[in-house]
Amino acid sequence: MMEIGLNHYLVLSTILFAIGLVGIMRRKNLLLLFFATEILLNAVNVGFAAISHYYGDLTGQMFAFFVIAIAASELAVGLGLLIVWHKRHGTIDLDSMSSMRG
Amino acid sequence: MFEAIAFYLFAFLTIAMFFITVTTSQALYALSALAAGMIFISAFFFILGADFLGAVQIIVYTGAVMALYAFGMMFFDTTREVKEKQGNKYIIVGLATLAAVMVVVIFAAPIVSTNITASYPMLEGAGNTQEVGIVLFTKYLVPFEVAAIMLLVAMVAGIVLAGKKMDLSLTLMSAEEIKLMDEEINKKVLS
Amino acid sequence: MEKYLYIALFAPLVSSLFSALFTATTKKTFTGIIASILIFSAFVSSSILLTHILSGGEPIHVEMMTWMATGNLYIPFGFVVDQVSVTMMMVVTLVSTIVHIYSIGYMDHDKGFNRFFSYLSAFVFSMMILVMSDNYAGLFIGWEGVGLCSWLLIGFWFHKESATWAANEAFIMNRIADLGMLIGIFLIYWNTGTLQYDGAFASFATLDVSTLTWIGIFLFIGAMGKSAQFPLHTWLADAMEGPTPVSALIHAATMVTAGVYLVVRSNELYDLIPNVGLFIASLGAFVALFAASMALVNRDMKRIIAYSTLSQLGYMFAAAGLGAYWVALFHLMAHAFFKALLFLGAGNVMHAMHDELDPFKMGGLKKTMKGTFIMMTIASIALAGIFPLAGFFSKDAILEAAFVEHHYVIYAVLLFTAGLTAFYSFRLVALIFHGEERYKLFGIHPHEAYKFMLVGMSPLLLLAIIAGSFKGTYYEMIIELLPETEYHIHSHLVYWIMTIGTQTFVALSIIYAYKKYTDSKITVPDGTSLVENSFMYKLLLNQYYIPYAYERYLVTPYRELSRLLWKEVDQKMVDASVDGIAGIFYFIGNNTRAMQSGNLSIMLKWMVTGTVVLLSLAVVFGLAARYSDEIIIILSGLGV
Repeated sequence: MMEIGLNHYLVLSTILFAIGLVGIMRRKNLLLLFFATEILLNAVNVGFAAISHYYGDLTGQMFAFFVIAIAASELAVGLGLLIVWHKRHGTIDLDSMSSMRG
Repeated sequence: MFEAIAFYLFAFLTIAMFFITVTTSQALYALSALAAGMIFISAFFFILGADFLGAVQIIVYTGAVMALYAFGMMFFDTTREVKEKQGNKYIIVGLATLAAVMVVVIFAAPIVSTNITASYPMLEGAGNTQEVGIVLFTKYLVPFEVAAIMLLVAMVAGIVLAGKKMDLSLTLMSAEEIKLMDEEINKKVLS
Repeated sequence: MEKYLYIALFAPLVSSLFSALFTATTKKTFTGIIASILIFSAFVSSSILLTHILSGGEPIHVEMMTWMATGNLYIPFGFVVDQVSVTMMMVVTLVSTIVHIYSIGYMDHDKGFNRFFSYLSAFVFSMMILVMSDNYAGLFIGWEGVGLCSWLLIGFWFHKESATWAANEAFIMNRIADLGMLIGIFLIYWNTGTLQYDGAFASFATLDVSTLTWIGIFLFIGAMGKSAQFPLHTWLADAMEGPTPVSALIHAATMVTAGVYLVVRSNELYDLIPNVGLFIASLGAFVALFAASMALVNRDMKRIIAYSTLSQLGYMFAAAGLGAYWVALFHLMAHAFFKALLFLGAGNVMHAMHDELDPFKMGGLKKTMKGTFIMMTIASIALAGIFPLAGFFSKDAILEAAFVEHHYVIYAVLLFTAGLTAFYSFRLVALIFHGEERYKLFGIHPHEAYKFMLVGMSPLLLLAIIAGSFKGTYYEMIIELLPETEYHIHSHLVYWIMTIGTQTFVALSIIYAYKKYTDSKITVPDGTSLVENSFMYKLLLNQYYIPYAYERYLVTPYRELSRLLWKEVDQKMVDASVDGIAGIFYFIGNNTRAMQSGNLSIMLKWMVTGTVVLLSLAVVFGLAARYSDEIIIILSGLGV
C-alpha cells in the first residue's frame, strides 16, 4: 500500500472518470454538464501523466498538454453557443432541447 | 513515504471535490468545487514530476477555464437552485461503476506484460521543462502549430457568438461616420 | 459459294430489321417492295445453291462463329447446304417471295402494313436458320423463332380477342411439344456428346435400342406440336385467325413442315428404330383420316383448307415413318406449292367477299373472279392427286410405299383419305365458284384481286402443274443423302390396277361433290335441316368435341389451380412472409425510435451504455486470447 505504483494512479484516474460519467448522465443543466466534461478530461490527464512517469516516456505528457489546449478551445466555443441559445430560448435545461427528436 | 501520504491526501480531496461538483444542486458550489479540484489535479502532476504540465494546468485550467466559466455563470441566475428532473439514479450509478470496473480490469491486464518500451525516454539531468520543450518542438511541432490555429479559431468563434453590435466595424468606418454615430448616441442619451 | 449461303440466310433478317424501323408509322409501300426484293434475292441465292448441288457439287459447310464452348459442350453457329436443306430452302424462299408480293396487295388497307412485313421476314429468317443449321441446337433456335413469329403473325390483329387467344393457343401447344424436343436433344447430347448432325448420326449406331427409341419418341413429340399431329392439332385450325398470307406461308408451306423436316433430317436415327417409325406412320395415317373427316362438313373456307393441310401432313409423316424419307420431302415440296396457291386464292375470295368465310354464302364467283377460279381449281386438282399434276406423283409414291412395305391398313386408310380429300376440296370449289350467286342476298359486290397479285401467284400455279416432272432429277439428287429406297411393285399388273383404281376413286369423289354442291337449290343452312341435326354432322362440325374436352378437362382445372396458387400460396404465404420480414424491421425501428429522443441527457446515457458494452467485449476477447489454450482444452473435452 505504501509503495505507489502505476496501478494506484490508474485506479484513481478510473474513479475520477466514473465520477465524470455520473455527472454527464445526471446533469440536466447544460452549464453543469460542461463541468462534468471537464472532470472527464482531467481524469484522463492524470492517467496520461502517470503512465508517462512510470515508463519514462514523454508522450503521455504531450498528450495531456494537447488535451488541455483542446479543452480550452472547446470551452470557448461551447460557452459562446450556450450564450446564444440562452438569448433565444431563455433556458438551458436539457429537457427542453429536444427539437432533434427522431 | 511522503509520496504516499501526498498521493492519498490529494486523491481523497480530488474525489471529494469532483463528487460535490456532480451532485450539488447549487451552481456556484459546483463551480467552486471544480476550481478546487483542478488545483488538486495539478498537485498530482507535480508529484509525478511533470512540472511543466502542472504549471500549465494551474494557469490554463484553473486560471483561464474557470474564469471563463465564472463569466458564463454571470449570464444565468445563479442564486436559484438548479431544478433538475432526475432520471433513474440506479442506472446512472450502476453504468458508471460498471464502466470503471471494466476499465480497471483492462488496465490491470497489460501491467503484467513487460513489453512496453519508451519511445521518448527522459533524459538524465535535464529539467522537465527542457525535455518537454525538446519533444514539443521537434516531434510534436505540427500538432503544436495546429493547436495554435485551433485556439485562434476558437477565440474568434467565441467572440462572434457572444458579441453584441457586431454589424458595425469601427475600423472600416471613416472619421465623419464615427462622429455622426457618436452624436446619435449622445442625442439618445441626453433626451 | 458461301456468300450465297449468307445472302440466303441474312437477307430476310435485313428485310425484317428494315421494315421494323417503320412499324410505328403509317403504311409505306416501299417497305413491302423492299422486303419482297430482299426475299427474292434470298430465293435467287437458294436457286444458285440448288444448281450447285444438282450439278454434283459438294455440300457447303460453314461455321460462322462459336456459340458455346464450355467444357465438353461445343455448339457453333454452323450452317450446311446439302441436298435436304437446299430443297427446303428453295421451297421456303419461293413461297415467301410470292407471299410477300401478294401481301403488298392483300394488306393494302391495313394500319399495321409495315409491321406485317417485319414479322413475315423475321419468320422467313427463323425458318432459314431452322433448315440450314447443321446441329440440333441451331435447329431448335429456328424452331423457337418460327414459333414466336407464328404467334406474332396469328395474333397480328391483336385487338381481336379471338386472334390473341388463337395465337396463345398455338404458342402454348408448340411449347408443350418443345419440352419433348428439348428432352430429346438433351438425350442426344448426353449419349453422344455432340449436337452436330454428322457427329450424332455417326454415334447413333453404337447406342442401344431403348435409348434410341426414347430419343426418337421425344424428338417426334416436338414434331407433333409443330406439325399439329393428334393430339396437339387444335391450334392449326384456330390459327386461321391470322391474315391469309400468314396462313399461306406458315401453315401450309413452311412452319408446319418443320416437323417433317426434323424427321427427315434425323432419318439415320429413325432407320435404327423401325418400331417408332411404324408408330409415326400410323399416327400420320390416323391424322390424315381424322382431319379429312372434319373438313367434310366445315363451313369456314380457311378452316377447310387448314384441315386439308393437316391431312397432308399426316401423309408426309406416314411416308417418313415408313422409311420413305425422300417421298415425304417430295410431297412436302409439291404440297407447299399447291396449298399456298389455294390459300392465296382463298385470300382473294375473302377480300372480294368482304371477309365472309362461309362458302354457302358465296357461289357463282367464276363469273367475276376468273383468275382466282382457274388457280384454285387447278390447285384443288393437284391436291386431289390427278395425273399429271404434282400431287399425283407425290401422293402416289406414298401409297406405293405403304403397299410395298405390306402395311395394308395404312394403305387403305390413305387411299380412303385421298377420296375424302378430293371430295371436300371440290365441295369447296363448287360452293364458291359454281351454282347460284347466293352472295347477292347479302348485298356483297365482289371484284377480282389486283393484277400484280395474280401475276405473283402464277409461279405457284406453274409449279403445281409441272412439279411432278422434277421427280426424277430430285430423286437423283436426294439419294446422295437420304436412304435409297425405290418402291417398285413387282408386278406391273398390280401397279396399274392400283393407279387406275386410285384415279377412278378420286374422280368419282370429285364428280359426286360437284353434283351435290352445284345444285341450284342449295341455300344457306340455318340449323334446321335433317343433316345438320344428325349426330355425325355435329360430331364432325365440333371437331369431335376435342377442343371442348381440352377446354373443360385441361384448361379450366389448370386455370383453377393457377388461381388457387396465386390467391392462397403466393399472396397469403409468400407475400405475407416477405412482408412479415419487412414488418419485423419496421417494428424494431419503430420501437427503438425512443432512443432518438433529441434529449442530450438521454443520449449521453446511451453513449455510456455503449461504452460499457464495448468495454465488456474487450474484456471478453482479452480473456479469450489470453487463455485460449485452456479454452480449447475445455471445449475439446466437451466434444465440440
